[in-house]
Amino acid sequence: MTSTVPAVTAPVTAPPTALGTARTRVEGREKITGAARYTGDIPLTSLAHGSLVLSTIARGRIRAVDDAAVRAMPGVVAVLHHLNAPRVRGDYPSIMGMAPDPTVRAFQDDRVPHWGWPVALVVAETPEQARAGADALVVAYEAEPHDTDFSGERTDAFALDGVVPATLAKGDEEAELAASAVVVDASYTTPEEHHNPMEPHAATAYWQDGRLEVLDSNQGASWTAEDLAKAFELEPGTVRVRSEHVGGGFGSKSVRVHQIAAVMAATELQRPVRVAMTRRQMFSLAGYRSPTDQRVRLGADPDGRLRVLSHGSVSQTSSVYAFVEPAAAAGRVLYDAAAHRTSAQVVSLDVPTPTSMRAPGMAPGSFALESALDELAERCGLDPIELRLRNEPSAGPLSGLPFAGRNLRACFEEGARRFGWADRDPRPRVRRDGRWLLGTGTAAATFHAFAVPSTAAVTAWADGTFTVRIAAADIGTGARTALQIVAADALRVAPERVQVRIGDSEFGPAWLAGGSAGTSSWAWAITPAAGELRERLALGVDIPADGLTVRSDSTTALAGQEPAERHSYGAQFAEVAVDPGTGEVRVRRMLGMFAAGRIVNPLTARNQLVGGMVWGISMALHEEAVRDVRSGSLVGADLAGYHVASHADVAHIEADWVDDPMPGDPIGIKGVGEIGVVGAAAAIANAVRHATGVRHRRLPIRPDRVLCGESVDGGPAGESLERGLPGESPDA
Amino acid sequence: MITSDPTASQTAGAIILHVNGEKHALTVDHRTTLLDALRERLDLTGTKKGCDHGQCGACTLLVDGRRSLACLQLAVAAEGREITTIEGVGGSGAGQGAGPGSESGGQGELHPVQQAFLEFDGFQCGYCTPGQICSAIAMIEEHAAGWPSAVTDDVHPEAAPQPLTPEEIRERMSGNLCRCGAYMSIVQAVGYAAGARHTHSGPDEGSAA
Repeated sequence: MTSTVPAVTAPVTAPPTALGTARTRVEGREKITGAARYTGDIPLTSLAHGSLVLSTIARGRIRAVDDAAVRAMPGVVAVLHHLNAPRVRGDYPSIMGMAPDPTVRAFQDDRVPHWGWPVALVVAETPEQARAGADALVVAYEAEPHDTDFSGERTDAFALDGVVPATLAKGDEEAELAASAVVVDASYTTPEEHHNPMEPHAATAYWQDGRLEVLDSNQGASWTAEDLAKAFELEPGTVRVRSEHVGGGFGSKSVRVHQIAAVMAATELQRPVRVAMTRRQMFSLAGYRSPTDQRVRLGADPDGRLRVLSHGSVSQTSSVYAFVEPAAAAGRVLYDAAAHRTSAQVVSLDVPTPTSMRAPGMAPGSFALESALDELAERCGLDPIELRLRNEPSAGPLSGLPFAGRNLRACFEEGARRFGWADRDPRPRVRRDGRWLLGTGTAAATFHAFAVPSTAAVTAWADGTFTVRIAAADIGTGARTALQIVAADALRVAPERVQVRIGDSEFGPAWLAGGSAGTSSWAWAITPAAGELRERLALGVDIPADGLTVRSDSTTALAGQEPAERHSYGAQFAEVAVDPGTGEVRVRRMLGMFAAGRIVNPLTARNQLVGGMVWGISMALHEEAVRDVRSGSLVGADLAGYHVASHADVAHIEADWVDDPMPGDPIGIKGVGEIGVVGAAAAIANAVRHATGVRHRRLPIRPDRVLCGESVDGGPAGESLERGLPGESPDA
Repeated sequence: MITSDPTASQTAGAIILHVNGEKHALTVDHRTTLLDALRERLDLTGTKKGCDHGQCGACTLLVDGRRSLACLQLAVAAEGREITTIEGVGGSGAGQGAGPGSESGGQGELHPVQQAFLEFDGFQCGYCTPGQICSAIAMIEEHAAGWPSAVTDDVHPEAAPQPLTPEEIRERMSGNLCRCGAYMSIVQAVGYAAGARHTHSGPDEGSAA
């Protein structure tokens, strides 16, 4: 039986008890004992192993693939490439109507659009044999000149709409600038960054009883199944995707070449085939965050009230896909100004295709905007928090819509109190701890909050237990545990009586683990189904042997939502120590205060928010993929050459929240997956400025960049302050 | 003729691996790493492959009681060593059984480090977790044996035992990456399990404001 319940009524009996109570993960024991099976851990009889071969040129054509020698190698059972691979479509609408990643069309023609493009798959009996075959495969290319040289100065940049419009503007920017007493006009850059979930992308495909079965590591099983059906032109419902445990995703685990190649090989060979990316392959096959070159112009009255907020961003995309990193969008919901202009442009290059990476747009954009706010505060002689509070809008700066909860002020006030901000001496470079220069910084954070239609089923069993089925994904978020809490409260039973089953496309369409909208979207579906089931049970119905099931679809309910500005907000605080002799920056402590909706499970939510702040440290100080413009490849594309924050980089981080239930949401959820990253790098950069007197507008703040700043701006604070506006980093 | 039987190859050898107290006789391709032998041949998949380059720590296990990276050694070279994987660090059966979706990972006794990871939420996606736990178990022993680290203040051989501070834990655990960024709770869990002086209370509850 199916029902669609448009809205959730207030509790009529006992109030929920599990919500907001710390609970350890339901699959925790599996994960700490090694029993949890991720995709590549699941054994199958007669499993063959596929190893991908990637292009070694950055642009051109494949002239020949000499597969005969490889086919003769021990254990090799197939070599797939553009001359013999099954046909797939890549022109279908994927999630939110966007085109799928272009590597879906691997092995379809002889074009090589970038370095690391998949050109062949070698399948063998063992992983060693497949790897040896892939290493031995000789691919001859006809190389063409390539262009991978990203810069914000490029004249071929063009405006591109993404999930948000490329440009939004109001007011007369030049007139307001002319009327501004204080102006900040600066450029900021962020480098190419890679997701690097700990579990490399992997998929195993096989045919069973006329159906395609895919075991996969992804962020949404039903989404993946739908895409694979479209790519291979299979009947919907004939593809089943399961992803029980997923070792991180961060935006990278969508439909990519590993599933396509595994399905192709399993179809050709009629046996199970597993394809896993190597860590190095992930650097060109798994997506990444585009580098950005951003310009921010702020104009303000002497009291700091903004007249102008102008933020333009340039990012890169590949020659075979139009992806935009919407880095200028943060200002649209953070601050108002008489002249308000935010725009996004892209440059098309011979590079792999970028994609959404944890806090897309907001992570790099907040670095620029929130650094610029810090510069403006300094020029106005204002405390950075006071500057932000003076520019709090009462409604959406561009939409005019009311905010569905905006508690940024509370975040700053409570955060400042806990961090000890009131005692801060604003002068730069006046605090020392031995050889270390100390400084503190702050920044605002925001991330959108939304929910997407999803379906769920909740079943009551005769023994008093319940099963929730929903094609959710737990990529480390604690989704399984959060949904158990949500369902238990809606059913008014103890969580221990509720089993949550996820990661299976058989459970029907559901939003993916992305956009910080997983838990909210899934809760919108689960809550009414569980509520209706509880009401039916209250009537004393008999539960049949196969259980009593209520299904729900949140499409109608979500369509009835009033338009509003729905966002999470937060205040980030950082204290850094900088060694002027070595250029080393250490983040001594961070505090993040967030207004991110109702928190379902404080234990896992805090962990996730802190994890986002760790990403902020990593972004501010470490992560940087360096592209060699001569070869078009990356330098050091592995976890040694591309450093992500390790234990030793992370000292004390605290994340907490203020009460901020989302109006209109059945539970009050906003989402905590991404906002922890937003503003964190700016808070650190602002703290480095406070410590050293040097403004770093280019991430990451590497030791050599700090040293260059020292050589220009070093010396006692008085000296730099005498120059009026000290510390323009030579990199800027 | 192409064959799936590695024993037919001259580049394979018969070995006996001692894993979690059991002997396993198997024939392996000489190129097979210890990691792949455990995962693909013995179905011990708790040891994870994160990079296959010795750069992430996800495949950390214990070889003769010391932490070691399974991706950087060949299976044939591991013969005669006592190998302990995540499936073997707890009491009997802790890492056995449990189908997909099960809420238990077997019913055996957990190692104190495992228990602390569970209670302090010392993980998110769980993929680096077996390596973090194996690394922590050996690291606590290294510290107890007086081995200094790069952040140990007094490294004289006659120095008194240094406390296992959070800074010491972070330094000593830095070979184990966690991309989810669960470092704070991992360090709390390890410190708690080690019974270090800085021991935190329990996992936090609720919001403050």
